[in-house]
Amino acid sequence: MSNLIKDNAIVADEWTRVTPPTLGEETVRKQAGKVVLFKLTGEETFSAEQIAATKIPAGKVLVPFSVWCANKDALASRVSQGEVGLLVATHEAIEDVITEVKDINAFALVAVYVERFADGRIFTIGNLLRTRYDFKNELRAVGDVLRDQLFFLKRSGFNSYLIRADRSATEALASLKDFSEPYQGAVDIAQPAWRRTIR
Amino acid sequence: MYKYDAIDQQLVNERVAQYRDQTNRYLAGELSEDEFRPLRLQNGLYIQRQAPMLRVAVPYGMLSSKQLRKLGDIAKKYDKGYGHFSTRQNLQLNWPKLEDVPEILAELATVEMHAIQTSGNCIRNITTDQFAGVAPDEVIDPRAMAEVMRQWSTFHPEFALLPRKFKIAVSGTEQDRAIVQAHDIGMEFYKDAKGETAIKVWVGGGLGRTPILGTVIREHLEWQHALTYCEAIIRVYNIHGRRDNAYKARIKILVKALGIEDFKQQVEAEWLYLKDNPNTITEAELARVGQHFEAMPYENLPAHDESFDSAIASNPAFAAWVKRCVHAHKQAGYRAVTLSLKPHGHAPGDITSAQMSVVADLADAYSFGEVRASHEQNLILADVKLSDLFQLWEKAHAAGLATPNIGLLTDIICCPGGDFCSLANAKSIPIAEAIQMQFDNLDYLHDIGDLELNISGCMNACGHHHVGHIGILGVDKDGSEWYQVTIGGKQGNDASIGSVIGPSFSAEEMPGVVQRLIEVYIKERTPEERFIDTVRRIGVPPFKAHVYASKEATNV
Ligand code: HEM
Ligand code: SF4
Repeated sequence: MSNLIKDNAIVADEWTRVTPPTLGEETVRKQAGKVVLFKLTGEETFSAEQIAATKIPAGKVLVPFSVWCANKDALASRVSQGEVGLLVATHEAIEDVITEVKDINAFALVAVYVERFADGRIFTIGNLLRTRYDFKNELRAVGDVLRDQLFFLKRSGFNSYLIRADRSATEALASLKDFSEPYQGAVDIAQPAWRRTIR
Repeated sequence: MYKYDAIDQQLVNERVAQYRDQTNRYLAGELSEDEFRPLRLQNGLYIQRQAPMLRVAVPYGMLSSKQLRKLGDIAKKYDKGYGHFSTRQNLQLNWPKLEDVPEILAELATVEMHAIQTSGNCIRNITTDQFAGVAPDEVIDPRAMAEVMRQWSTFHPEFALLPRKFKIAVSGTEQDRAIVQAHDIGMEFYKDAKGETAIKVWVGGGLGRTPILGTVIREHLEWQHALTYCEAIIRVYNIHGRRDNAYKARIKILVKALGIEDFKQQVEAEWLYLKDNPNTITEAELARVGQHFEAMPYENLPAHDESFDSAIASNPAFAAWVKRCVHAHKQAGYRAVTLSLKPHGHAPGDITSAQMSVVADLADAYSFGEVRASHEQNLILADVKLSDLFQLWEKAHAAGLATPNIGLLTDIICCPGGDFCSLANAKSIPIAEAIQMQFDNLDYLHDIGDLELNISGCMNACGHHHVGHIGILGVDKDGSEWYQVTIGGKQGNDASIGSVIGPSFSAEEMPGVVQRLIEVYIKERTPEERFIDTVRRIGVPPFKAHVYASKEATNV
C-alpha cells in the first residue's frame, strides 16, 4: 500500500525518485569553508561522477536538484509536460535553487528531503517556496517524515507527505487535525486566531 | 492575569490528547526511544538519573492561587510531595512516572496550565521581571506583550524544530531584572522620543558552555512589529544555525561566527518580506490581552501605616525580613513581598505541597489571589497592603517561607546538579546547603549585604554561575567532583561574565573558599560598596591571593 498522503487522503505515488548510483568510492563531504560552514557541514552531496552516471527513467520522475542542473536541456521538454519533479534537500539554499530554475512553477512537484526528523529547516523552506517564490503546485515532504511533523508541515505550506516506509500513513493522517485553531498566522491559514474570530 | 478563552482551552486540551497518544505509542513500542525523545522534550519531559523530570510552564512567572494549589496537589499525588521552581520561572517535578504524565497534563489543563515547549529545541517559556506591573521603575508593563508572544510562539510551525532551544525574555523597567542580555532574544521596552512604546532588541546572549552577552540588533523597533521581527531573526537562525554539533548550535554561535553586522543585514533583509504580515500586532489585540493585566483594584491608602511602623520598631526579626523581602510598589500603601524558597540547608527553589497550599492561601488573603515565580527561584506576592505585612510575615514564617535572605549570599541560585541531572559533573545542591550553613548567622549575612551566589553542576550553566557575583561551577577531574570559582559576574543593565580565580576546589573546601572571598571584601570595601563593586574596583588578584594563601597554609 502507498505511504503517500496528499491533500488529506492516501493516494498512489506516481513519481519515481531518481537516486544517483553509489560508485564504490568514498562519499564526498563538502569542505567546511567560511560561508558554507553552517549549511553544508557534514552533509552528503553527490559527486560529479555520480551525477553523470545517473540514469533517468521514463515517466514522472523526481530528480535531485544537482542532477537536474546537469541535465537541464535534456529534461526541458519533459518538464513542460509536467513529468519532472524537483527534489531539494534541506541543506541546499533555496534561493540558489530558485535562481537556477528561474520558473519554479514549471515543475509539477517540488519535494523537500529531510534526512533527520529533527531538521526543522524543512519548515522554513516550505514557507519560502509558498510565500516568497509563489510556488503553486504539489509541495511534498520526503525522507524522515513521521506523523508528528505533519501538522507543522501542513502549516508551512506542504500538501503532500511521503511517510517513512516503516510507518503507517493511515495513522499519520489523523495528525493533520491535531489542533483545530492554531494561534499564529502561517502559510495555510495566514491570519492569526485573533484576526479570524472575535476573541 | 491572563484567562483562557475557548481557543486557548481547546488548544491545551488537544495537546493533552496528542501527548497521551504519543505516550501510548511509545509504551506500545511503536515509537523508538529516539523518536519519542523530541516529542516528550517538546513537552518538558526529561529522563533523568532517578526518574523522568517534568517541567510545567509558568508563563512569564504568573500563577493564580488556584493553579498553585493544583501544582501542590499534583506534586502530592504523582510525585514526592514537593516541586522545584527553576531559574526560568517554571515548576519542575522531579519524580513523576512517564506513564502518569498524560494524566498530569490533563489535570493541569483544568487550571489553564500545560508543559508545552518547556524543553526541546523550540521557543521556550517567555520570561520577564517578577515585579512586572508593580515596580516603581517600570516604564511599560511587559506582560501583555509576553502573553501575545506566548500565543504566537506556541506551536509556531516554522520554528517547531530549531537547531537548539530558544529563549526570549522581555523587560519594561529601567533596571533590567529579566537578564535580557543573557537570552537568545531579549526585548527591552521603552518610551521613544515621540512617547511611543518601542523595543530595543538584543540577540545572541546565553550562558551555557560559551557564555556570551547579547548584542543590540535594533535600537528601535515599533512594538507592532515584535513578532515579525522575531520571525526574521529566528528564520535566519533556523536555516543557518549549526545542526551538526549541539554545543555550537545556539544562535549566539551563529551571531558570533557571522558577526553582528552580517547577521543583522540578513535579518533586516528577511524582515522586509515579513514586516506587516498578519502576525503584526494591532492596538486592538494588545488591548484585548492587556485588559487581563490591568492594575488591581487597589484601595486608596496612605503611604504610611502606623501598625506597620510600630511592628518594625518593636520586632527586629520582622524588621530584618522587611529589609530583605519587602519591595517598593508603585501604588501608595502597597508592597511586593518575596517569599524565600532558600531556607538555609535546603535545596534552593524547592517547595513542598503543603507550602504551595500555604502560599496560595496567603495570595488569596493578601494579594488578589496571584503569585509570581522569580528567576532567582523565589515566590512573590506582588500586591500586599502595608497594614497586612505583619500578619503575612507571621504566617509565612510559620511555614518556613520567611528567611530574610533575599538578595543576600544565601539566596543562592542553584541547578539540580548531580543529585538529579545526568549531565552533571558534580553535585550542586549540597554545596549550596553547606554554604548556607556556613553563613547561618543572620547579622553577619546582613552585614555582608547584597551578594548573588550562583551554582551550576556543569558548564551547561543552568544555575547561571557566569553572572553570579560569586559563581561556582562543577567540574570533573579524573572522575571526581571539583568546583571552579568565578567572581565579578553580574546580571542587569551592566551585566558581566565572572573571571575564574584559579584552580578548582573540593566540595569540603567550598564553604571556606566563600568565607575567604568575603573576608577580602569586608577588609577592602568602602562603606557604600557591595561585594560586586569591590571586585570591580580592586580586581581578582587580592581575592585570589587570600583564597590560595590560606589553601596552602592548610595543606602544609
Ligand atoms: C535536571 C535536568 C536538566 C537538564 C538535563 C538540563 C540541561 C541543560 C542543558 C544541556 C543546557 C545547555 C543548553 C545550551 O547551552 O545549549 C541547559 C541550560 C539551561 N538550563 Fe538546564 N537542565 C536541567 C535542569 C534545569 C533546571 C532545574 C533549571 C532551572 C533551575 C535549568 C535552567 C537552565 C537555564 C536557565 C539554562 C540556560 C543557560 C543559557 O542561557 O545558556 N535547567 N540546561
Ligand atoms: S548545569 Fe549541568 S548539572 Fe546543572 S542542571 Fe544544568 S545540565 Fe544539569
